[in-house]
Amino acid sequence: MDNTTTPRKKQSQFKEVWRRFRKNPLAMVGLVIIILMLIFAASAFLIAPRDPVTGLQGYNLQDWTNARQFPSSENIFGTDHQGRSMLARLAHGARFSLLVGFVVVGVGMTLGVTLGSLAGFFSGTVDNIIMRVADIVLAMPTILLAIAIAAALGPGLRNVMIAVGIGAVPSYARIVKAQVLTVREQEFVEAARSCGASDFRLITKHVLPNCAAPVIVEATMGMAGAILSAAGLSFIGIGLQSPTPEWGAMLSEGRQWMLAGYWHLTLFPGLFIALLIFALNMMGDGLRDAFDPRLRGAGGSARRFKKMQLARLKAESESGGR
Amino acid sequence: MLKFILKRILMLIPVLIGVMFVVFLLAYITPGCPARVILGEAASLEAIAQLREEMGLDEPFLVQYYNFIINAVRGDFGNSYRTQRPVFQEVLDRFPNTMQLAAMGIVLAVVIGIPLGIISAVKQYTPFDFGATFIGLVGVSIPNFWLGLILIMFFTVTLQWLPPTGFREPLQWIMPTIAIGTNSCAIIMRMTRSSMLECIRQDYIRTARAKGQKESVVIFRHALRNALIPVTTVAGLQFGFLLGGAVLTETIFAIPGLGSFLVSSILNRDFAIVRGGVLLIAITFTVVNLAVDILYAFIDPRIRSQYR
Repeated sequence: MDNTTTPRKKQSQFKEVWRRFRKNPLAMVGLVIIILMLIFAASAFLIAPRDPVTGLQGYNLQDWTNARQFPSSENIFGTDHQGRSMLARLAHGARFSLLVGFVVVGVGMTLGVTLGSLAGFFSGTVDNIIMRVADIVLAMPTILLAIAIAAALGPGLRNVMIAVGIGAVPSYARIVKAQVLTVREQEFVEAARSCGASDFRLITKHVLPNCAAPVIVEATMGMAGAILSAAGLSFIGIGLQSPTPEWGAMLSEGRQWMLAGYWHLTLFPGLFIALLIFALNMMGDGLRDAFDPRLRGAGGSARRFKKMQLARLKAESESGGR
Repeated sequence: MLKFILKRILMLIPVLIGVMFVVFLLAYITPGCPARVILGEAASLEAIAQLREEMGLDEPFLVQYYNFIINAVRGDFGNSYRTQRPVFQEVLDRFPNTMQLAAMGIVLAVVIGIPLGIISAVKQYTPFDFGATFIGLVGVSIPNFWLGLILIMFFTVTLQWLPPTGFREPLQWIMPTIAIGTNSCAIIMRMTRSSMLECIRQDYIRTARAKGQKESVVIFRHALRNALIPVTTVAGLQFGFLLGGAVLTETIFAIPGLGSFLVSSILNRDFAIVRGGVLLIAITFTVVNLAVDILYAFIDPRIRSQYR
């Protein structure tokens, strides 16, 4: 790490990350799938516009004479038990899943990063309160917590986001706190403080930018988790509900026709969930390698690695030793 | 070491009280009065008011919470709204199936995941490694509830080999175990691989090789022992997560476990059961995590020393 002037270094660091990211074929495949999914979701209203006469949503146009058609050149994903086009429903489903993913990650990250940096920067009572609450939330398996919250709040898009989002906050808080603990002791923070920088400025200008890498990686992976949890909630009937074409809800509907041999009703919604999760995981993996090539294990001296691992273990045991 | 364990157990108490608070709060904010759920829609207002009084539902929030904790410590979680049987009994009846499912899942994950991870690391950058890495990524990403459905479609509908649902005979265990264990298997495989790769690069491995030791001894005695430290932790944590994830698997395969019971209780608004069931899983999860921590400190002296 040779730093010449500050602004140039910042720019070149992200260029460097992108350069490494681009070389990773799996990560690029992930990125391409995500872009395709975004396009698919954005074109949902083109593929299946609202019916001008009845005012019904494009994903809810029933055609009982064409119910449960297998995939054909006319309907590439077939039709469901009410004769609705699976293509239309899958496209609108992409909209809901991506929306849930982005909102949950956005809100979870904002809250988690704020709480985590407060806990890391002001050790003591603030830290204790925040991290103990995080412990409580983390004391329940993510999906179970989401189920419990969704059960209490009732079904619906907003409630699903809340149910999935609450479980997402502590992991960001933990990561940021651990990172802040290592960063705040460094000389450039001390230097900034001696120049009279306020706590707020120290956190936002000096400490947080150094936490960006792990947070971005966690956000990518966390989005996969959020989409999966939301689909799971809809699947067991306490998330988004029919006729909303959420992928998990579609799976739960299709499941009833599975034993009768209508495989396409179960195969496609799940395939889209799996594809999106797969893409996000690959991108997350690629980002982590790009941000920190040492983790690939290819280069880097053993001593440097040991030092890093020790810091990580320390940070972990500090925050409850998990 | 004893001090460390005691300290961790003491740290558990506030967490459990907090978990109880969350569970209590969720049932509290749920719209709809439990007395009405028990008595049905046709009940008179007087009857409902009387039952509310008996159940202590008119008390202030904190009093209700206090009573909940005191009763919970005694093992009394009230009665199911539907069956009127004690929640504790209802929940405990179904718990063994959930535990069995999660245990079979984690055994599958460890038995397949660790060897694959070791081979993958030792043969890094070979076709085997690339194949295993790719399968690992797919395994991490596949939603377990969809995998369950795909298994049913393949083994039941197409091949007609396995029954689609149930959990009595070993034949019925196959699909649920694969469905619940695949994610963990992939995670453990990836963890083993990266952990092995880290260890293989250490100086002491070079020393062992320089001494002229056989490659199998270097890998299994020197590298694997250290590599398995983080893997043990991950496997333990995964077991905890499987307890929660069992909800979806049980629903698909109609397994009479705690998870599917929770779902049906939610749909029937039986929140006494939801409260008890979520709490039981959360407590088990916390205890498993504690055991993992203690085990971790036990096998890794570097961590133990921090608690002296």
